[in-house]
Amino acid sequence: MIKDEEYLKSKASYCLDLAKKLGATDVSVTVGNSISETVSFRNKVLDESNRSDSLAIKIETYLGKKKSSISSSNLLDENLKTLIEKCFETTKITPNDEFNSLPDKELLANNIKDLNLYDQSHIENDKKIDYLKELEETASIDKKIINTESGFTENKSNFILANSDGFCNGYKSSSFTASCVTVAKNENSMERDYEFTSKCHLNDITNPSELGETAAKHTIKKLNPKKIGSDKLSIIFDKRISKGFLSSFAGSISASSIARGTSFLKDKLNQPIFSNSINVIDKPDLIKGMGSKCFDSEGVKTDTLKLVSDGILNNYLVDTYNGKKLNLKSNGRSGGSTNLYFENGNINYDDLLKSHSKILYVTETIGHGTNLVTGDYSVGATGFLVEDGEFKYPVNEITIAGNFNEMFKNITLANDLEFKYSVNSPTMMIDDMTVAGK
Amino acid sequence: MSNFFDKSDLTRKDVDKIVSETLKDCDDGEIYFENSKSESILLDDNKIKSSNYSSDLGFGFRAISNEVVAYSHSNEISKNALKNSAENLKSTLKSIKGTYNHEIPKTNNKFYDDINPIEQKTLDAKLKVLNKVNDYLRKKDSTVKQVTASFSGEQKSIEIIRSGGEALTDVRPLIRFNVSVMLEKNGRKETGVYGIGGRQSYDEYLKNDNWKNVCEEALRIASVNLDSKPAPAGEMKVVLGPGWPAILIHEAIGHGLEGDFNRKKTSAFHDLMGQKVASEGVTIVDDGTIDKRRGSLTIDDEGTPTERTVLIENGILKNFMQDRLNARLMNTRSTGSGRRENYKHIVLPRMRNTMMLSGNQTQDEMIKSVDKGIFAVSFGGGQVDITSGKFVFNCTEAYEIINGKIGSPIKGATLIGDGPSILKEVSMVGNDMMMDPGIGTCGKAGQGVPVGVAQPSILIDKMTVGGTKL
Repeated sequence: MIKDEEYLKSKASYCLDLAKKLGATDVSVTVGNSISETVSFRNKVLDESNRSDSLAIKIETYLGKKKSSISSSNLLDENLKTLIEKCFETTKITPNDEFNSLPDKELLANNIKDLNLYDQSHIENDKKIDYLKELEETASIDKKIINTESGFTENKSNFILANSDGFCNGYKSSSFTASCVTVAKNENSMERDYEFTSKCHLNDITNPSELGETAAKHTIKKLNPKKIGSDKLSIIFDKRISKGFLSSFAGSISASSIARGTSFLKDKLNQPIFSNSINVIDKPDLIKGMGSKCFDSEGVKTDTLKLVSDGILNNYLVDTYNGKKLNLKSNGRSGGSTNLYFENGNINYDDLLKSHSKILYVTETIGHGTNLVTGDYSVGATGFLVEDGEFKYPVNEITIAGNFNEMFKNITLANDLEFKYSVNSPTMMIDDMTVAGK
Repeated sequence: MSNFFDKSDLTRKDVDKIVSETLKDCDDGEIYFENSKSESILLDDNKIKSSNYSSDLGFGFRAISNEVVAYSHSNEISKNALKNSAENLKSTLKSIKGTYNHEIPKTNNKFYDDINPIEQKTLDAKLKVLNKVNDYLRKKDSTVKQVTASFSGEQKSIEIIRSGGEALTDVRPLIRFNVSVMLEKNGRKETGVYGIGGRQSYDEYLKNDNWKNVCEEALRIASVNLDSKPAPAGEMKVVLGPGWPAILIHEAIGHGLEGDFNRKKTSAFHDLMGQKVASEGVTIVDDGTIDKRRGSLTIDDEGTPTERTVLIENGILKNFMQDRLNARLMNTRSTGSGRRENYKHIVLPRMRNTMMLSGNQTQDEMIKSVDKGIFAVSFGGGQVDITSGKFVFNCTEAYEIINGKIGSPIKGATLIGDGPSILKEVSMVGNDMMMDPGIGTCGKAGQGVPVGVAQPSILIDKMTVGGTKL
């Protein structure tokens, strides 16, 4: 069983009291417990079981404008005492930073909505095994599938965030995740692909045969890939990949990278950064949302933000410290975005495929070729060549490159948004990208 | 050495008893205790931005029968927690029985000292160095707009208890010192990053004002990039500099030679043992025994002493890297490559320090032989798709080569290649093998572990460069 609210609160208040007694002017404590149980299968037999029970505490002590922090997994009072003493000693010799402070009191969340993020259902390992058996049976129907690996994880978490201004809140959340990775082989090639499902509630996850079938289908389609010649092309990014551009965007508008001057979107507030059909929303209060939050990691209330409307950048993601630096109020985004998404575009998926006679359809990228300082983008890619709306053959061992400043203005979105992750995008097309191949 | 049962209701005898009972019908398994202390101190934007100290204590209990691994971990060290874990393991393995192998090789040299690097330098002294770095760089060059410098240090103590009461211990220090600088000139911004580290005290790495060299290197990379032009796109010849660019070896070859992917036959290398996978003259080893290196370990995380494993000898594939589980199932021995990020994770076969050994040619000869290509000196990260064998890595400092001469610097770009065939495209191997500066972290299955790489300069006849200029 995960630790209950009472236990977590008692640990938090022990730390608050002790730090105050030592002379700390402000204190903030986060204490949490998370238990997860995973069962993994490989080629239709049990491969691994893994149970994880993790406690974690993080304490920040302030002395005026001086601040330092400690974290630990050992919640025995005696250990906490040693650590808090050490933390406060460190705080004393850390230099002043005028922007250090707890969040403004009036911004703290006071109305905690129930977002239905916790499902108390427990699925026994034997039941997980049944699910995975069915999944792998379906995944391996086609003889070209030579290896299947799948896993089922149930996770339950609870946490409390408390600070010396009287904030003390927390909530439970749960997730149920199943995934399947398949390997297909023929005389010419061996390829791997996957599918997964992750939800707050057990009843919402995809059924096992559908998951297995999708993974196998993705993988078999990739056999016999070709390398194409270097070219300027329009690229369609599958939903798995298009959401990555939103994550890069979120990183670039975090108050921290703006304040440090290390973002290609610095000084772009109220300016067009996307084509004028693009809207980006960050919605924290989505019921059962994978990125939903009742407050941010400092306790600040979170409202829905329309980050981009008609292509124009409206907001940064602001936390207390960097907000003070930029002379902005925190908008409850310490810890980043919540449920971040592009609103649907106007074109349907099939029409998007037909929009050019030759299109590269990307299903996977590899490498870390995203430079948020310059906006330069260059990654390895796999996918398909699409001609006149039809998938012709799989493509691999190529790279795709561009710069976000131009790429963002060349985005066309389909109208097939769904909420599968915490960051979600419809299928996306970007014109005029450089493909390097043969 | 940590006493893990201090302040708990456990005695060593209790632990031995629970471990032996739980593992009696299993093929393998152990309990792994870990106590880690770590710190990170960061200077950013002219200020000490954060100073964090962390202490983590916990155990991971593992039981293996046949191919099935049962694992349970907790950070509560008590009789109750251990018993719960034991029950959890038993319920997974139920009727799957094995025969425990009590044999474990026990000798090795120690490759680092039992120090706690965090305690060896005062916080005040660390803050002073970080402030000196900031002042030095900002005074040195007016185009410097941002400086980030950090110390991170840790001491990890582990104890592995196997069935029968056999215990193995290790104390592992690790530090890293990092500087990143951003320049801005004529509206253009570029960054340069450099770091050093390994399994010694901070001062070993910082003596003789060595922090200045780290600053200079970060500044040099950023300055080169300020003048860079768009990188070319397409297939061409690539000369790689010595040292850190060996992450090519790590991605292209290393991961594909880890035992688990080959037992499962999901690696592009699984049926290539004994075959020619590289040009003649190419020898690659994975070595966990180099004194005080970031990727070195006295014993691995299953208690097996590390070794120098020859992976490819003169072009021929000789060995995979093995942990105990995959070695047993593949009928071979562990190479001391069983590693885990910490007690929360299962053991996987992983790299340590992966190195391509020197050949006879010079970097000059390589450059002169290239009509059109690129010379890549410094890299960010890399990644590989084990199954298709395709891998990438990102240049952070590179130049064009035209008619045998090094030309202008080019913007960062991703290079992509095919693991099983790339080493056959190596046509020259340099005589200048160099270790990396001690900053690598390898990710696999969500677990990060410290690793090292080394190589001489090499010439690759054909690789795809992912620039924007056609």
